[in-house]
Amino acid sequence: MADIKNILLVGVGGQGTILASKILSTALVSAGYDVKMSEVHGMAQRGGSVTTQIRYGEKVYSPIIGRGEADVMVCFEKMEALRWLDFVKPDGKLVINDYEIPSAPILVGKEPYPEGIIEDLSAKTEVSVFKAADIARELGNPKTMNIVLLGALVKAMGIEDMDWDNFISMNVKKGFEELNIKAFRAGMAAI
Amino acid sequence: MKLLMTGNEAAARGAYEAGVVFASAYPGTPSTEILETLAGQHRDKIYSEWAPNEKVAVEAAIGAAIAGGRALACMKHVGVNVAADPLMTFGYTGTTAGFVLVSADDPGMHSSQNEQDNRYYAKFAKIPMLEPSNSQEAKDFMPIAYELSEKWNTPVFFRMTTRVCHSKSIVEWGERTEAEHIKYVKDIKRYVATPAHAKPMREKVEERMKLMTEFANNTDLNKPEYNGREIGVISAGVAYQYAREVFGEEASYLKLGFTHPMPIETIRAFAEKVDKLYVVEELEPYMEEQIRAAGIDCIGKSVIPNMGELDTDRVRLGVYGKENPSLKSDIKAADRPPTLCAGCPHRGFFYSLSRRKNVMVTGDIGCYTLGNAEPLFAIDTTICMGASISSGHGASKVFERSEPEMKVVSVIGDSTFFHSGVTSLMDIAYNGGSSVAVILDNRITGMTGHQQNPGSGYTLMGDPAPEVDIPALCMAMGIKKENIHIVNPNILAENDAALDAALAAKEPSVIITKWPCVLKKPSREDRERFDLSKKQCKVDPEACVNCGTCIGTGCPALFARDGKVEIDSGSCTGCGVCQQVCPFGAIEKAGE
Repeated sequence: MADIKNILLVGVGGQGTILASKILSTALVSAGYDVKMSEVHGMAQRGGSVTTQIRYGEKVYSPIIGRGEADVMVCFEKMEALRWLDFVKPDGKLVINDYEIPSAPILVGKEPYPEGIIEDLSAKTEVSVFKAADIARELGNPKTMNIVLLGALVKAMGIEDMDWDNFISMNVKKGFEELNIKAFRAGMAAI
Repeated sequence: MKLLMTGNEAAARGAYEAGVVFASAYPGTPSTEILETLAGQHRDKIYSEWAPNEKVAVEAAIGAAIAGGRALACMKHVGVNVAADPLMTFGYTGTTAGFVLVSADDPGMHSSQNEQDNRYYAKFAKIPMLEPSNSQEAKDFMPIAYELSEKWNTPVFFRMTTRVCHSKSIVEWGERTEAEHIKYVKDIKRYVATPAHAKPMREKVEERMKLMTEFANNTDLNKPEYNGREIGVISAGVAYQYAREVFGEEASYLKLGFTHPMPIETIRAFAEKVDKLYVVEELEPYMEEQIRAAGIDCIGKSVIPNMGELDTDRVRLGVYGKENPSLKSDIKAADRPPTLCAGCPHRGFFYSLSRRKNVMVTGDIGCYTLGNAEPLFAIDTTICMGASISSGHGASKVFERSEPEMKVVSVIGDSTFFHSGVTSLMDIAYNGGSSVAVILDNRITGMTGHQQNPGSGYTLMGDPAPEVDIPALCMAMGIKKENIHIVNPNILAENDAALDAALAAKEPSVIITKWPCVLKKPSREDRERFDLSKKQCKVDPEACVNCGTCIGTGCPALFARDGKVEIDSGSCTGCGVCQQVCPFGAIEKAGE
């Protein structure tokens, strides 16, 4: 199974990991790969921790990524990097959005938001950190944060040379193609 | 055409290609998108509808199939419990045109109250079962299921699981083959299940079992793949994908797509050709039990867990005792449980409810189940759809006898009330109960992703529909008009007044909270009836003393940064609940 690549997108319900995964998997299918993708629906989406997973290669069996298998993990929220770390290869790459969404136990003051995440992970493997929320806001729509992160992920995966403008346009709402393409490029340039 | 599709989209495509003309379902994760896909993409060929519950969905589909059109019913695993009554007897009568029931199980309980293994239903009802292991099979097995249904005059059980339903893989499409309408012929002995008719039907069920078993042992749906002979693996569904990856190219496989009745002779022949036989299945030892009962030795649940969702890690650990190395950190992430959304209309009501003492709150299935969580802790029990009102009734009868200071409030959503809360409320009215039933009407089926229901004014296919008049329905069942309170749950004073009156009443009371789900795309009627203009709450830092009372509402838009309370403008919808609880008047609402 060495030829299979595993990409993990983690975040908080409502952050748009599913759309980002959809664009990425559309591109991988057109490139001729066998692709499987898993996503979470239902209760877990209500502000809980969510993941979407993409596996691609010549032939893929399991639709979900096992422990220590992810080549790249993109974290839409900083603390989620810790929760899903077990799924990343010891030398896997991390792309982290420097963005905090405090969870319920943090909001009520029962637990602190953990500190030193970036420093700790940077000492262990290749980590790219940037503020996708700021970039999205500067572009005029905070909701494009997911596409900014997709741009960074594509860069980290080393697959920039694909017809991304087309794959983005195919999957986003009509009238928002330009904005999302801009967001994607800004994400690629950010790391 | 080749496309990346979820198993649910592919199953819908399969139903379309099979010539299905009627589909009914009640939404439930992970099954919901099957009917949504039918209504969205195949509406010209297939009539599809949301039924009030799964029993109704199955019965409607039974009627359609007996009348001669291919019919589909879809539901989550626990929905089959609700629909088990018609399913069991339909297994006796059989059908005219093909009938398929999709059971979408949820191993690991991603969005369910239990992880029951519904394969036992196929065995229980003595009907054939198909288990796709990816999206292509979800599509391809569907026309086969309809052929088998018509060949043997039986409902077919189509068992999917979360990772088959919600994972995407590449599907090659086929074309729709119109299934000829089978002319309905009145046949009382065949379709009227009286004791006199059911006895011969029962014998036919056993004859069918023999035919099905013969088929199971000869179909390509159960096909061995011989590689090395040292290890042989029997598996089905998504578990096959995990096993195939862990055992690799060296092992031989017997992948089962038709799993009831079990192809015991095929299994015996396979077992004889391999040295060591593993059975890899998710949840219960459904296959292993039957394989062992046939006197075939195998390794199964002694190494593969029977609880939780399976994956490659758990198979690898069980079989080889090995785990992949991975990145690690000593820093721990705080928990991130799902929560009621910012602006959720349930929050206001649960906040009011959480202030009450000596109240037991019986809950139900839906987003509002999250009212049980910190910091509101406003739900005591959750069992199944509809149980809030009926179990609340039973609890209040016992409290009346032994703990008279205790009161009972039952909370149930609009869709869940229509699903199975109506008969529960009838029980209270009929039997002189005194508990309080609260119908949290957010005008949509929320948790599963906004499906229309009999109260929302629209059908699955988007046509306007009459809305159930909930107060009139309650009155028709015997709840007195003066005991029905309709409130805006975002206004705490309204909640409190309604709770005061209802808890003091000696007769059964109903509180109906009305406000659309904050994530719902409002209908025309919603916009006419509710002020949904964008508002925003803000903390006045001069007046705020950071007492944290507002944080106690559990709203995710509120947080304390460096000891100072702030409201996240991106997520706040201006519901105003925090403003009402603030003892210092330090929160103001912009947009008013």
